[in-house]
Amino acid sequence: MTAPSPELEQQFDATVARKDRIEPRDWMPEAYRKTLVRQIAQHAHSEIIGMQPEGNWIGRAPSLRRKAILLAKVQDEAGHGLYLYSACETLGVTRDELTRMLIEGRQKYSSIFNYPTLSYADVGTIGWLVDGAAICNQVPLCRTSFGPYGRAMIRICKEESFHQRQGFELLMTMMRGTDEQRAMVQESVDRFWWPALMMFGPPDADSPNTEQSMAWGIKTHTNDALRQKFVDMSVPQATALGVTLPDPELRWNEERGHHDFGQPDWAEFMRVVKGGGPCNAQRVAHRKRAWEDGAWVREAALAFAEREAAAQQEVSA
Amino acid sequence: MPEIHTHTPDAHDSAYDGLLVDDAHWAFGTDFEDPLAGVDTSVPDDVDAGALATYCLMLGDDALVLSQRLAEWCSNAPDLEEDIALANIALDLLGQARLLLARAAAADPSLVPALPDGSPVPDEDRLAFFRDEAQFRNVRLAEVPNGDFAEVIARVLLFSTWRLALFEQLRHSRDAVLAAVAAKGVKELAYHRDFSGRWFVTLARGTEESRRRLLTALDDLWPLWPELLATHPVEQQVASARVGVAPSTVAAQAEVILEQVFAAGDVTRPERPAMGGVAGGTGRDGRHTETMGRLLAEMQVVARAHPEGLW
Repeated sequence: MTAPSPELEQQFDATVARKDRIEPRDWMPEAYRKTLVRQIAQHAHSEIIGMQPEGNWIGRAPSLRRKAILLAKVQDEAGHGLYLYSACETLGVTRDELTRMLIEGRQKYSSIFNYPTLSYADVGTIGWLVDGAAICNQVPLCRTSFGPYGRAMIRICKEESFHQRQGFELLMTMMRGTDEQRAMVQESVDRFWWPALMMFGPPDADSPNTEQSMAWGIKTHTNDALRQKFVDMSVPQATALGVTLPDPELRWNEERGHHDFGQPDWAEFMRVVKGGGPCNAQRVAHRKRAWEDGAWVREAALAFAEREAAAQQEVSA
Repeated sequence: MPEIHTHTPDAHDSAYDGLLVDDAHWAFGTDFEDPLAGVDTSVPDDVDAGALATYCLMLGDDALVLSQRLAEWCSNAPDLEEDIALANIALDLLGQARLLLARAAAADPSLVPALPDGSPVPDEDRLAFFRDEAQFRNVRLAEVPNGDFAEVIARVLLFSTWRLALFEQLRHSRDAVLAAVAAKGVKELAYHRDFSGRWFVTLARGTEESRRRLLTALDDLWPLWPELLATHPVEQQVASARVGVAPSTVAAQAEVILEQVFAAGDVTRPERPAMGGVAGGTGRDGRHTETMGRLLAEMQVVARAHPEGLW
């Protein structure tokens, strides 16, 4: 790539400064493009890998209505993956390339999906806490500087917010059920609370990419600010549900106007990010198997389309 | 796809806004509602309620059990578009099953398994999760284990071609509920048949590998096809009362459609003997393949662990 003219760089900087959108055909710094590919791909992969932990319960959903809700939700996640891969393709990479990066472990996805789903309550908890945390992270991205990403996020946030309500509603319903069901909900919240807090990423002091991403308008809030917001919003919800959040340090701080809370086990976070979570290998192996098992189908579709196109040409010739 | 609750994006600055507010915009409702609310569920005078209910179970179980198998494809399809399409088909069938099971329960409450007094489990779930294998009336094509993508395509093609032919007639049922279920189902099944038909031809004419797999899948499923076209005494009874459809009466029509798809893919109709019954019975009699018990074990495990559970 030749060095950009100062004019192009100025235009780019001015667009970001006015909080306007950068579009795929606009000039952009190579590092900006790379950062976006990394972030959007990671986000797309998270949607696709995220189908697995909840998909784990579709076959065992305890009512037909819950089965329909869960299947439709997991299907929505595939749809989100599609929008995001499409947004990423506007930056000059293909879905095939991105899928390969995922199954070869060269790109990451949200670590939360490396935890197992162990009871039906987890379906509700993932909706309430995991989708809730995802929304906190993603709402600011609706205003991100890259147009296709921001527009995909608007659509995704609407659906995620809907999923979150469904998850919360499942937990509310279970809390009105039997003692066993209430215990199931509490046990699930105990397991998912800390991993949900980890979803905002490491503390700001240890987040190397935050500063540049904020300067580019890709990211608009820091990890710690979003985490605080999530905790403040979750506490009254937990009270409404009748569950206890498993943090002895959690209390309202009048002076700050926010809740004080404990820190997740960041050593565990790093272990899971580096592949040492309970489901890392399983999640990637599942994706890899589905992709490889489907290779002959994709090849057949391509061969068929080529033959049809050739036949069409012969007819019109 | 579910109805989507919309807000301006800024309204999502608080992820929890309105979470506790009673809101009518939730797809699938916020509480269990009688899916037949407002529909005339009375059984025509000259129709045997038990036969009507059993017939609804047959059609409902076909949809429920195939939906269970199709949902196993979720996150396993060759590409995202097919993952979404198979989930759509599973969701359509699940929707049909819910209405049909609810209709069965309304027509003949004695078919609904009893649970402890005060159990909040609704009728459709009692029928889905608390009946035993021999009480399921689905055809065996619905239950056999999943194979590769060619297998699911061939299975959906056979199933939707047959069910669409049935539902086109069932729209004229004297039972208002069945007529309404069929009217809605026809549109769904037309899509299922179209999706599977296009893929059938694509695989048949794609690569050598895809053709080989497709022919193998079709050959393996073919012995289950005659069971779909046979008329069970209950089906005969409801057909005579003009509330149901005898499959034998739509056999020719279904065969013609299949022949058209086969011709487009240059596929010849397999020559395989029909799969035999067990002690004179098939799926419609509650006599299933060995895999059915395991399918139900998975489907029913959580519900059965909580007979008084509220979901």
